[in-house]
Order: sequence, then C-alpha cells, then structure tokens
Amino acid sequence: MEVLDIIRPENQVFCKTGLMTDATLTYCPGCGHGTAHNITMEVIDEMGVVEDTIGVAPVGCSVFAYDFMAVDMTQAAHGRAPAVATGIARTWPDKYVFTYQGDGDLAAIGTAETIHCCNRGENIVIIFVNNGIYGMTGGQMAPTTLPGMKTSTSPYGREIETMGSPIKMSELIANLPGTYYVTRQSVHTHKHVRKAKKAIRKAFENTRLKKGLSFVEIVSNCNSGWKMTPNESNIWMEEHMFPYYPLGDIKVNGKLKQVA
Amino acid sequence: MSELRLMKGNEALAEAAIRAGADAYFGYPITPQSEVIEYLMDQRPEKRTGMVVLQAESEIAAINMVYGAASSGKRVMTSSSSPGISLKMEGISYLAGAELPAVIVNVVRGGPGLGTIQPSQADYNQAVKGGGHGDYRMYVLAPASVQEMSDFVSDAFDIAFKYRTPVMILSDGLIGQMMEKVVLKDERKRLTDAEIDEKYGSWATTGRKGRERNIITSLYLEAERMEQRVRKLMNKYQRMEEEDLRYEMIHCDDAEYLFVAYGSSARIAQKAVELGREKGIKVGLLRPITLFPFPKKQLFELADQVKGVLSVEMNAGQMVDDVRLAVEHKVPVEHFGRTGGIIHTPEEILEALEQKIVKDGSIRHHTTREPSLL
Repeated sequence: MEVLDIIRPENQVFCKTGLMTDATLTYCPGCGHGTAHNITMEVIDEMGVVEDTIGVAPVGCSVFAYDFMAVDMTQAAHGRAPAVATGIARTWPDKYVFTYQGDGDLAAIGTAETIHCCNRGENIVIIFVNNGIYGMTGGQMAPTTLPGMKTSTSPYGREIETMGSPIKMSELIANLPGTYYVTRQSVHTHKHVRKAKKAIRKAFENTRLKKGLSFVEIVSNCNSGWKMTPNESNIWMEEHMFPYYPLGDIKVNGKLKQVA
Repeated sequence: MSELRLMKGNEALAEAAIRAGADAYFGYPITPQSEVIEYLMDQRPEKRTGMVVLQAESEIAAINMVYGAASSGKRVMTSSSSPGISLKMEGISYLAGAELPAVIVNVVRGGPGLGTIQPSQADYNQAVKGGGHGDYRMYVLAPASVQEMSDFVSDAFDIAFKYRTPVMILSDGLIGQMMEKVVLKDERKRLTDAEIDEKYGSWATTGRKGRERNIITSLYLEAERMEQRVRKLMNKYQRMEEEDLRYEMIHCDDAEYLFVAYGSSARIAQKAVELGREKGIKVGLLRPITLFPFPKKQLFELADQVKGVLSVEMNAGQMVDDVRLAVEHKVPVEHFGRTGGIIHTPEEILEALEQKIVKDGSIRHHTTREPSLL
C-alpha cells in the first residue's frame, strides 16, 4: 500500500475531532477533562447539530472549555451554569444547550442552581466531571472528596464528623421527577470512553426529543491534585472512587434503575 | 395602541416590558416589587407575545438566567428590591464584564440588612458606583412617576443594546406601589430568532450557523488583554456621558438656591420649589434622570449662579457626594434626607434649605456642617 492510499479518506481510521479547536489543552497530562471534551464534541459533530448547539462553561479547571470546544459558548459565574443554561434554553427552546461543570462548581457553590434546574426538568444536558477535588485553585477539599482523603484544606484527611460526607449528586438529583436520564460514567479506559460517549449521545438525543434534563456524571482523576502519577491516579480511582460512586445508569427514560 | 390606564408603578413597568418586546423576565418575589412578576404571570405574556416569564429559585439564579438569555441575544429583564439586588450584584458584574445587554429594576427599600419594606433611596451608591466587583458602571435611570416606570423600560432596552451593557431602573417603594394614570406605549414586536441572528450574530451565542463561533466571557488572564477590556468599557461609559445623559431643570433660570433630587424625592422637592417661591425664596430643582451618567457639567455651571445647593435624598447622604464633586466647592452643598422609610414632606425640605443654606448665606465651611439627618 502506497502512502497516498493510506491517507485516502476511506482508509482513515482516526482523525482529530472536527469540533475540537487547535488550541493546546491547558489540562494536566493524564487528566480526564480532555477526553470528556473530546467525546462531547464528537457527539455534537456526529449528530450534525453544531449550528444549534450552545454550551455553558463553568468556573474551575474547565473554565476555558470554550477555548477547546468549537461551538458557541458562554462562560458562567461559579456554580451558575444551570441557571445560565436555563436562560438560554427557555428563550431558544429548539437549541441543544449543555453545561460542562466540575464538582466544586456543581455540587458546592451551585447546588441550588443544579437542584432547581433539574427539578424544573429543563431541556438541557449537564455534563458533570467529578474528580473529588478543586483542581483549578490548587487541590482543596470538594463536596465530593472521599472520607479520609487528603487535600490542601483537609491536610489530615477529610473528617466526616466535621466536614460531612461526600455528596452523591447523581443519586440526589435522580430522585427529582424533573430528571429524565441520570448516569455515571468514566473515561479512563477505551471501554469506558466508548460507554461514556454513548451516554452523552443518549443525553443529547433526549434534548432532541425534548425529554427534559439529562445528567451525565463522569468520575475522573486529578493526578495533580491527588499528587499521583496519571496511572496511579486511575488505579486509585478504580479502588476508591468507584466503590463510593458506582458507575452505571441511575435513571433511564424517567425511571430509577435501582434503589441506590 | 397607546392607552390610558390607572396603574401601580410596578404593574406599569411589567406591562411596559411586554409592550417593549421583551423576550423574557426572570425574577424572584420580594417586597415591595412582587407585583412585577405577579402581573406578568397573570397576563400570560407567553400567549400575548411569546415572552417567557419564569420564577427562579433565587435572585442569584434569576440574574444568571438573565445572563444566559442576554448572551444569546434576547431582550431580557429582571427586577428585585434592595436585599435581592445585593444578591444579583455578582451577575451584574459578569453582565458588565461580558458586555451583555440586560435591564435590571431595583424598587428600593430601606437598609442595610433586611432593613425595612418602606421606600428608600439608600441604594444610590450601589447602583451608581458599581455595587459588584471590578471596574464597571451601569447606566442608571431614575423614574419619578408611574408614567416613567412605564416609559423607561423601552428606553432601558434601547440603551442596553446600544452599548451592550446592563442598565438599571432605580425606582423605589413609593413609585413602585403608588397608583397614577399612565399612558401605555404601543406594543413593539419581539424580534424573531432570524432577526436576532442577523442583528446580533456578530457576538451572541445562538449557535454557529454560517459564521465563526461566538464566545461570551469576562475572563482575560493576560494583563494586557484585561486592561484592553477595561479601557473598552471606560470608553463606552464616556460615550454614555456624551450621548445619553438625561436630566430636567425646574425653575433654574433665575434660581438663587438649588435642590438636587431624583425619583420620589424630586417629586416632593418640586412641591418645595413652589412653596419656596411663594415665600420669596428663588429656588430651583435639578432632577438627574440618569444617575449615571450624572449631570456634572450642568451642576458645575449652575454653581456659578446659585448661592447654595441642597441634595434631597431618602437616605443618609449618598448622591450629595457626587453633587459636591460636581460643584467643586464653589458654593456650599448640604444634604437633607429621611431614612427608615420615612418620606420627607415639602415643608421639611424647604425648612432644611432655609436652615442649612439660606440662613447664613454662602460662607459656612464644610467641616462645620451639622449632621444632615433630622
């Protein structure tokens, strides 16, 4: 086979996602954000809805999501993305509106906005990347930080007695009648990436069908914040994060899958 | 069709929003402005014009819904009263930073804290000096009648879109709650989605159809770019001063003394002007209609003519600072105001003018001035 044959479109097996910009990702090597961005954009691209898609970027590591995702995007104040998305979705009911948020943004400062947006069943997609830590500000304790986990604001480990237990947002909002699809995924292996992408596709299909709110949690690593190598962080995630945040669908087509 | 009606200020404002072709209203109940959302819900604007009305879970959510709709080119409004406006300040700063058009209404009550539900003008500084964080200003309109509560809504939208900036209508519990006759403007058609794409497609996030993608943000981590953005904002505010300053002068031609008052206080001060003139005191009234931009030049010039100025406000003395800055110590400037929800009478205002300004001419030095509260 000649080189010219290899680069023919019909022989191409992989290419850069069309809806990712050429900007260099600002995420740490090993971080799951890049993959989560990538599959979100692949779904928009494959559905052919880029002209009708509006994203909302959060505050946190993914504050610059709009530098990487080549769709129209609005940057929201910390925690307010679900309210900002509500404002867009209500006035442009035929658009595909999504938020992309981390755990500090969605589960701490923006808890009220998250819960009420879910409760109203806004016709949007929320992509929630949960790595159990505040990455952007330098590794402080998040509402999702595991018990005993050391962070810069819980240097001796998270104490449940004084700091409460980590919040399981997906289980919490799945109990609201307004949510239509709630699932928990990860992007640390090829298998998981494919599953997560399917979940995101399903979420955006729900928007197309005007089914209401779809919530895709992605349990991810933060090798920098957790002070591990990327590989160590993925192993730690499997051993510690997944038992507390089990992967899988929690609510499908408006029905709870199992009692958590 | 324009029509004459007897309405509360809050209701007139809500009706005006529908007629101004607003696409959406997001709000949260708080006294004394809850009639705005109540009226809107009652009118079923989604049927009348297609306007969206939604009761948010908080003032914070409401202003961020405004931010979302505004970022996608829609005409959007919110309203609240003092404590609620404090909660909105984060969102207002973001609106200013991201250069988004929106109308925010404050039907002011007394503070600080939970304060009182009675009328007040104690949010002057918050509205005019920024309120939220960072280098920004808001264009601030101060209605003095139910008619202006109605008229200023479409004016506010026009300014908001002319400059891509948040505009505040700074009312108070008196104007919001009182009933007066009002001539309602004709209905303006809402823009279609295609018209929005055409008019605002250069910046609004409506989906990248046939154009480069748009990004709405207020984040600039490079110092030079951030400074550039701040400069751009400052140029905008400068242009507002040159092109969109609004004020009214009443009996100023031959005035020897001057009241400066806005909103409810201006209505009352106008009566005090009449009472003063009956007594032979030649007093006039300068009513700033926009509080930012402020009629600085007009005040500076009037200070060459009058012997003293009394700033009349329903607060402990806020606008008086701006009056003093404009007058540049040419003549004494004093403040008179009631707080706690007490509305000053024309007689009180005139008496304050006589005691603080007229009594001993123009020689009193600022450092010896008496407490301005009764």
